[in-house]
Amino acid sequence: MSVRTLTIDGQPVAAIEGATILEAAKEGGIHIPTLCFLEGVSAVAACRMCLVEVEGINKLLPACVTKVSEEMVVHTNTPKLQEYRRMVIELLFSEGNHVCSICVANGNCELQDLAIEVGMDHTRFPYRFPDRGIDVSHPQFGIDHNRCILCTRCVRVCDEIEGAHVWDVAQRGAAAYIVSGLNQPWGEVEACTSCGKCVDACPTGAIFRKGTTTSEKARDRAKLEFLVNAREKHEWTR
Amino acid sequence: MDWTNLLEIAETEQKRQKSIRVHCCTSTGCRAANSLSVKQNLDNAVAESGLGDRVEVIGVGCMGFCGRGPLVQVDPEDLLYEEVTPENAPSIIEALDGGEAKPIKGDSQHPFFSRQMKIVRQHTGKVDPERIEEYIAVGGYQSLYKALYEMTPEQVVSEIGKSGLRGRGGGGYPTGLKWATVAKMPGKQKYVICNGDEGDPGAFMDRSVLESDPHLVLEGMAIAGYAVGADHGYIYVRAEYPLAIQRLQKAIQQAKKYGILGSQIFESPFDFKIDIRIGAGAFVCGEETALIQSIEGKRGNPVPRPPYPAESGLWGCPTLINNVETFANIAPIIREGAEWYVSIGTKNSKGTKIFALTGKIRNNGLIEVPMGITLREIVEEMGGGVPNGEVKAVQTGGPSGGCIPASLLDTPVDYDSLNKVGSMMGSGGMVVMDRETNMVEVARFYMEFCRGETCGKCVPCRTGTVQLYSLLTKILNKQATKTDLEKLETLSYMVKETSLCGLGISAPNPVLSTLRYFPQEYLELIQEDSLNSKVTV
Repeated sequence: MSVRTLTIDGQPVAAIEGATILEAAKEGGIHIPTLCFLEGVSAVAACRMCLVEVEGINKLLPACVTKVSEEMVVHTNTPKLQEYRRMVIELLFSEGNHVCSICVANGNCELQDLAIEVGMDHTRFPYRFPDRGIDVSHPQFGIDHNRCILCTRCVRVCDEIEGAHVWDVAQRGAAAYIVSGLNQPWGEVEACTSCGKCVDACPTGAIFRKGTTTSEKARDRAKLEFLVNAREKHEWTR
Repeated sequence: MDWTNLLEIAETEQKRQKSIRVHCCTSTGCRAANSLSVKQNLDNAVAESGLGDRVEVIGVGCMGFCGRGPLVQVDPEDLLYEEVTPENAPSIIEALDGGEAKPIKGDSQHPFFSRQMKIVRQHTGKVDPERIEEYIAVGGYQSLYKALYEMTPEQVVSEIGKSGLRGRGGGGYPTGLKWATVAKMPGKQKYVICNGDEGDPGAFMDRSVLESDPHLVLEGMAIAGYAVGADHGYIYVRAEYPLAIQRLQKAIQQAKKYGILGSQIFESPFDFKIDIRIGAGAFVCGEETALIQSIEGKRGNPVPRPPYPAESGLWGCPTLINNVETFANIAPIIREGAEWYVSIGTKNSKGTKIFALTGKIRNNGLIEVPMGITLREIVEEMGGGVPNGEVKAVQTGGPSGGCIPASLLDTPVDYDSLNKVGSMMGSGGMVVMDRETNMVEVARFYMEFCRGETCGKCVPCRTGTVQLYSLLTKILNKQATKTDLEKLETLSYMVKETSLCGLGISAPNPVLSTLRYFPQEYLELIQEDSLNSKVTV
């Protein structure tokens, strides 16, 4: 296994061959904002928050899937990137109904955190106030599509870790939504094991536990790692 | 099947063909204008007149002059008849025996035809696409034979590389380089994919190639398979092209029957089979990674590149993916040699390109022109100019391209020149606009298309196109301010630079190019800045 040395924001970083820019940056203590990325499941490079500039390449590259190479010079926080990241968050806020004050995830929401991080205090684009519906047919959980940002973390977690593939994306463009089962109400999907991983994976308040109210959503991210270890390494305690 | 058999089929077919061939277009465009009844009546007329021993009526593919269909052309005299109706069709047959033909006589020497240079469309409109024998009679499948028996795979790749052929799907990536990459990849299983998911509004070049000369594409694919070491090919055609699908199925079946596709082609160790995959209506599936996902049976979402399909494509195997028109260029290059191909076109763009010439123009239809011809020659000479007006702009490249103003009509048509003026070659749509056309509305039309066709995976394309569309609507409704105009520009650049795939990257092009060349049209619709307007609380 060989090592690649590169420069991220002026700082020299050594990374294992095949590592992504995101992994290399994390190891070097450099923070790159992400939203659709979730450690442990495949990366899809859909949210475009982790775009970085690489010298000598005339397009912006997603850090979550771009592999490091020798002598690569990466800039992760240029004024252009800052502007584009803020616009991504602005576009997301105008796309759905993200009203923090009445959301279960208030104070514990990655979209909210990112809005603060990129300095988005208002959106330049008109709110679209979609009416996408809520599905509370599942006995334990609910999904509010109006808060969904289509990051597909739930889809990947359910497919790749739980192996149930309850979720997928239906339709396209503005009409795209997270679909359960064969476009059935979530509660009727027999494949669902009610494991709750999608609730933990969801960055916003779109998928939630029933009975939680404003600001009460808490995630147990460590559970994912525990489950994988239990299955693969037979470590039953945590 | 060997070389002698191939020549025998060609000879038998040439002997079978009658001395007077009446070609009637039975492709989609002319079909819509009732050409099937025209052909029926022509057939009846031949039977009634008793000329059956020297006259035959052949249903052929597109002749190009689609705006004047149904078209009937008579060889060897090269007579062209336009807008033929089932009623006046029999007179064409009577004219062969001294009568007078009633349909409008076309001018087959018009610049629309004479300025063309046909490589891909060489046999379209002359051969019956539903009979492999006709294709063989004009030299078909000889290039494949030549490649298999006289060339090594490396030589084929190097020949294509030397020809300077670039991808005809729009991107213009050097075809030889792509082939060489796939050929050099290790691995036993490789695939060849033909991208026939043509979806740009106003573009129908690939459809016409598939409908008119399906074997040309199959031959190109088989040669590609031999060159890169693949034994399996897929043609991905959109479901909206039922006739193309039907003719391809027939063509594959006939080729298999003769041992030209399948195992041990021409009794050589080379196996190659071709399957058809039908799209389900998504424009984004024309993007290569989305197309591959779709063939795999998944949702047609683009995935980040690298890895490029050449490295890891269909089912993770090295995959060569080229456009229909690119594959259609292969057999002629192998037959005539790379040097011949290099002599056509400009320094960096070789060969010819098919365009679908539409919009406010006299002569609508398909043209195949050598690279380097100017837009002015195409629009004014071949297209006959704008009826009752002047050209304002020419849009090339569909929703991914841009509008080129009349002042730049002398721009040569090649990959680099079109990029330089803010448009692109694209797959070959060419829409002419006159002075009456509102450029902001044009930009909105294309944005509406992209808004409806974005897959929704990445944020900038999914939500950016919606916001761009509403900004353009606001401008058209005369409700926008200068701030909105600035927002339109900033957002366009953001969507262009941050989107995941080509659809989003190129979606703002129609906006940016109209902003660049027709800023006045936007400014005329802009209201006084909000600072000056009254604020009501």
